[in-house]
Amino acid sequence: MNIHEYQAKQLLERHGVNVPRGEVCDTPEAARDAAQRLFDSGEKLVVVKSQIHAGGRGKGTFKSGFQGGVKLCKTATDVFEKAGHMLGQVLVTKQTGADGRLVRKLLVAAAPEIKKELYLAVLLDRGAGKPVIMASTEGGVDIEEVAAKTPEKIVKELVDPAVGFQAWQARKIAAGLGLRGELMSQAAKLLRGVYETWWNCDASLVEINPLCVIEGKDGKPALVAVDAKMGLDDNALYRHPDIQAMRDLGEEAPLEIEASKHALNYIKLDGNIACLVNGAGLAMATMDIIKHFGGEPANFLDVGGGATREQVTAAFRIILDDPNVRGILVNIFGGIMDCNVIAAGIVEAVRETHLKLPLVVRLEGNNVAAGKKTLAESGLTIISGDSMADAARKVVRAVAA
Amino acid sequence: MAILVTPQTKVLIQGITGSFGARHAQLSLNYGTQVVAGVTPGKGGQSFTYNGHSVPIFDTVSEAVRQTGATASAVFVPPPVAADAILEGADAGLELVVAITEGIPVVDMIRVKRAMRGLKTRLIGPNCPGVVTPGEGADSTGGCRIGISPGYIHKKGNIGVVSRSGTLTYEAVWQLTCRGVGQSTCVGIGGDPVNGTSHLDIIKMFMSDPETHGIIMIGEIGGSAEEEAAEWIKVHGTKPVAGFIAGATAPAGRRMGHAGAIISGGKGTASAKIEAFQAAGIGVAATPSDMAETLLKMM
Repeated sequence: MNIHEYQAKQLLERHGVNVPRGEVCDTPEAARDAAQRLFDSGEKLVVVKSQIHAGGRGKGTFKSGFQGGVKLCKTATDVFEKAGHMLGQVLVTKQTGADGRLVRKLLVAAAPEIKKELYLAVLLDRGAGKPVIMASTEGGVDIEEVAAKTPEKIVKELVDPAVGFQAWQARKIAAGLGLRGELMSQAAKLLRGVYETWWNCDASLVEINPLCVIEGKDGKPALVAVDAKMGLDDNALYRHPDIQAMRDLGEEAPLEIEASKHALNYIKLDGNIACLVNGAGLAMATMDIIKHFGGEPANFLDVGGGATREQVTAAFRIILDDPNVRGILVNIFGGIMDCNVIAAGIVEAVRETHLKLPLVVRLEGNNVAAGKKTLAESGLTIISGDSMADAARKVVRAVAA
Repeated sequence: MAILVTPQTKVLIQGITGSFGARHAQLSLNYGTQVVAGVTPGKGGQSFTYNGHSVPIFDTVSEAVRQTGATASAVFVPPPVAADAILEGADAGLELVVAITEGIPVVDMIRVKRAMRGLKTRLIGPNCPGVVTPGEGADSTGGCRIGISPGYIHKKGNIGVVSRSGTLTYEAVWQLTCRGVGQSTCVGIGGDPVNGTSHLDIIKMFMSDPETHGIIMIGEIGGSAEEEAAEWIKVHGTKPVAGFIAGATAPAGRRMGHAGAIISGGKGTASAKIEAFQAAGIGVAATPSDMAETLLKMM
């Protein structure tokens, strides 16, 4: 699960990380008032930031033609006007795809003068099986590019889960970032806070880009997390009801929400051949084999190891809700599952949804003969595939016809 | 010899009275596996009875190990308590703990992996189909089945199979069996980002197992475990290896069912893994239908 920038900043702040003061707003009036409060407290510049689950907001374009999903403003009137152009409008960025995302909320925050931009992230190092802190002097840019072009500018520190993040590690990273003098102790506090946010919230990623050195109120340099991005480990959400409440269904594809209600794992893609498969690996491989024979998969769909009749029917409904779909490939390796139960589920689903599209079914495994018989005797037009390759070839041909 | 388990391996099942654990305890007993104990806290002293078998249930793993001599366990307990169950198995001195449970938080697995460092216990999984060493009986019965794989698709023989995915393992095994080719041991290492045993660990075991003559290695997008295994095979490989990588058509940044199947930061793509396979002389199956064929052509 992903959360918005303003929510990530709330979690970071709870762990002692310094973030610019700000408020989340859903009307231009609220944005204006929030900005006024910031100006009244002495801020010179305020930033209005579209809250969507995608990066590249600053360089994005609204479908209305308005440029930029992040705007700097010097007056509350300006904030009101910019907010009016953003709220209720669809923002397209390099990460949203052509459909873009509807902006429902804005973060109105102080925009301190930035002296230096840095990069900081905590994520899982899969090879080591440990959390890793990644930091770079190259902030505010795409870290993947930094990693490719100037990997020496990235410092990495693995954390031993037996003892947790250590003060010396914080000093080592701070030194690597050139944060010395009074910034070193500030950096140590911030690094610990960011690491603990990752660990305590069961995050998959906490990314601060940019992490900024600014001139503090007292004229001394200060560190502040100007942007924040956070992903959570879905498997651990059960122990964080407060974070679960941050889920924004408006950011998720409606068909994926519907699928999750039936414990189905569905991801919509751009092709026209839908697939329904048991097992994640086999589901991926089924998409691949469709592509191999010249077709384009319309989705990833894993019905799991113990799919019921109801789940199969729900899966068909979800597949057919995608208007691009021109054909369906069902690929079931019923190891323990009874193929005949699956076959009965398919027949029921086809009848219930009045399916008109070509349907190719490849059944293999436990009680497969009875399953094939059920399909054959149903009187429905179901094309049978003998192997994955045979089934994929047949569905690609049927859709092309 | 096979690897990890033999038909003589004594197996205990953590979570034997849950519906999932009970169902697969029954299937393992049918397969002829030596299921010698079950563990369910609070039900110690009772028995798990099925089809003429009576398997004693214990409150703790260490009691079960002491009284039955079990050396391997299958973990079927729910995700919130799975890390605890794995560590209990390690503490009891088991040689092998196979964690079937799907949905264990990553942070829990980071802790488990750290806590098991230096211990003799090997963890397979989590979120895996388990381990099968096929037997000599009809439909490969008489073998050791730990986990949730369908036993009957196997056949005793000389091909080792290792995969992150359950159903793709079955697919490969079935392709072999249908061609009359048997397997030494089939291992599902699981689809999570932090697991106990890697592709490379299993590949090394297969390479030194005299009963294994060829290997099918199935990978998928995410992480770099397949690349590491390929790198080692390039230098040390002594037996033919064929493989398949799932997820060539998966979009970046999306988790494809398995918690670990995700391309992030441009890393973990299918094309990078396929290139690594090719560079190491591993036969790459063009489609998942050709896994067995690709290996057999190399042998």
